[in-house]
Amino acid sequence: MATRTAGPKAMSAPHLKTDITENLGRAMLRARTVEDKLASLYRAGRIVGGVYLGKGQEGLSAAGGVSLKQGDVFAPLIRDMAGRLAFGEPLIDAVRTYLGSRMGPMKGRDGNIHRGDLSRGILPMISHLGAMLSATVGVLFAKRMRGEKGGVGLTCVGDGATSTGSFHEGLNLAAVEKLPLVTVVADNGYAYSTPNQRQYACTDLLERAKGYGIEGHGLDGTDPELCLEVVGRAVQRARDGAGPQLVVGRLLRLCGHGEHDDGRYVDEKLRSSSRGRDCLVVMEEKMKGRGRGRDWEKWKEEAQREVEEVVAEVSAEPVPDPFEESWRATVTEGATEALPEE
Amino acid sequence: MSVTYLEAIRAAQEKALHDDPKVFIYGQDVGRFGGAFKATKNLAEKFPGRVMDSPISEDAMVGMAVGAAMDGMRPVVEMQFADFSTVGLNQVLNHAATTYWRTGRPCPMVLRLPSGGTPGSGPFHSQSMETIYSHYPGLVVMTPATVEDAYSMLLEAIGMEDPVVFCEHKLLYYHLKAESLPTEAVPAFRARVARAGRDVTCVAYSAMLHEAMAAAEELAAEGYEAEVVDLRTVKPLDTDTILASVARTGRLLAVGEAWPWGGASAEVVARVASEGFELLDAPPKRLNAKDTPIPYHPNLWAAHRPTAVRIAAALREVLRY
Repeated sequence: MATRTAGPKAMSAPHLKTDITENLGRAMLRARTVEDKLASLYRAGRIVGGVYLGKGQEGLSAAGGVSLKQGDVFAPLIRDMAGRLAFGEPLIDAVRTYLGSRMGPMKGRDGNIHRGDLSRGILPMISHLGAMLSATVGVLFAKRMRGEKGGVGLTCVGDGATSTGSFHEGLNLAAVEKLPLVTVVADNGYAYSTPNQRQYACTDLLERAKGYGIEGHGLDGTDPELCLEVVGRAVQRARDGAGPQLVVGRLLRLCGHGEHDDGRYVDEKLRSSSRGRDCLVVMEEKMKGRGRGRDWEKWKEEAQREVEEVVAEVSAEPVPDPFEESWRATVTEGATEALPEE
Repeated sequence: MSVTYLEAIRAAQEKALHDDPKVFIYGQDVGRFGGAFKATKNLAEKFPGRVMDSPISEDAMVGMAVGAAMDGMRPVVEMQFADFSTVGLNQVLNHAATTYWRTGRPCPMVLRLPSGGTPGSGPFHSQSMETIYSHYPGLVVMTPATVEDAYSMLLEAIGMEDPVVFCEHKLLYYHLKAESLPTEAVPAFRARVARAGRDVTCVAYSAMLHEAMAAAEELAAEGYEAEVVDLRTVKPLDTDTILASVARTGRLLAVGEAWPWGGASAEVVARVASEGFELLDAPPKRLNAKDTPIPYHPNLWAAHRPTAVRIAAALREVLRY
């Protein structure tokens, strides 16, 4: 079963509770604000390595994070700052990882979007696309073996990752095991510079759900409240035992692949189409339309203050020291080989 | 009453499943069928829900194990043949192996690889993969050569907090026998002097140990005593035991069934050359399989891999120098 949800009726989503809307809106604003800051730090030369933004995808991403509960597992990808924040990842973790703080979750051993802490339910992604699907399945497998019920796993990928063998193997495995895995595909038009036409030949990635024997949900990913409704429904279906769920949100990446890329190859027609809408503007207009413009402004100011404070705090933190680094890749003593001169 | 190398592997898995509810086995045909080599025979019946068939998805099998291990389980993944582990290589090298370093969270899992050549197995069911896995940090790579080690090292691997690649040799599965399962083991990561000798050191591991032992017997008839060192674990490599042996003999031959470019035998020679140069009375030598895919026909296969005859010839060369 695969359904694509669209149209004015579904887009109004009037039944959504205010507090969830606030969680969604705040996560989106915090994500955009901290990523704008990270981009300017990158341009100022303060970040070593790449900066990858989720601009235009905050609504879909945050919808995933908001829909999860404590005890669930989340495997975000590179454009999921909003989902991470919505799920409860401390904003300081992102800044520490980007700036390489010794106090961050990765201690300068890994950077930027490669961060996570499974004790908080977040799997740290590796760069190889599609790889996190089966890892999320593994966590769900472990929970099932231990008799822990009700938890779901949610993983995010882009259209590019759907072309990998890992994506296929992971999704098929989840389907065979009927595990509560929700896979959210942000079909953002481009994988780095490669457009959809060079990525897949089906009309809509949603069609894939049928092939895996799982439920599929398609939606306009530029409408944050619609995202919340559809992703929330998929998460609930998984939680209720309906097996894996595939969510395909159509939207456009409103930035380059990374901040080193200006994305000038993005088709102008796409940019000016409804697919190119900025979900943050869509959300802001909805809030204002409901007379909640002041709330929106307040959340925005709070996000800006938080980001400035966090960046100031992390900037004063110690950086990694090669002389204090353990240089050990293994838990077991002696399993990491020392060089002869050591 | 005797026990084979394969039975030892099965017994170790049974003990681990019995002793620790976190242990589970995952792989192709490992459930009721008992595995392609019967290494998990009867285990699915004895431990319901903990010995499970996987789809033919090596990448997802390992990825699943990574997630489960990070969440506190102790998965044992059986690859049907070591050769097929290349399909899951990314999850082993980039996911399992990097997890502890990147996150501080252990990833305790075992990847069982039915390894090495047997007559008639050909290019895709014969490979020795330890070279690739040993190159990457974060992994332990074990290559047991005896029934006792197959048992005790697999238990050690399952109990370890790190991902372990367990290379078990298919040629030893049915024919190699011991009186009984061991009650004690050589300490982890230590090589073992399998045969003492004063004239030349032959370092081997896995099935090559038995070829090396046969070669040493051949040389004994000619009046030379070869010391045979069984590496047991190739990563980490027990350099101390190797250097101590070379200090006694002054000569070294390192043997591996893997291909000649790089690998465990190359590492042994490199370390002895750079750390034990003064101990040597002759240039250290290596012997490996030929640099072609592994042949199908037994005539070709027997000439492709190091055998007792070729090892004896190489030892004579080292001794003659």
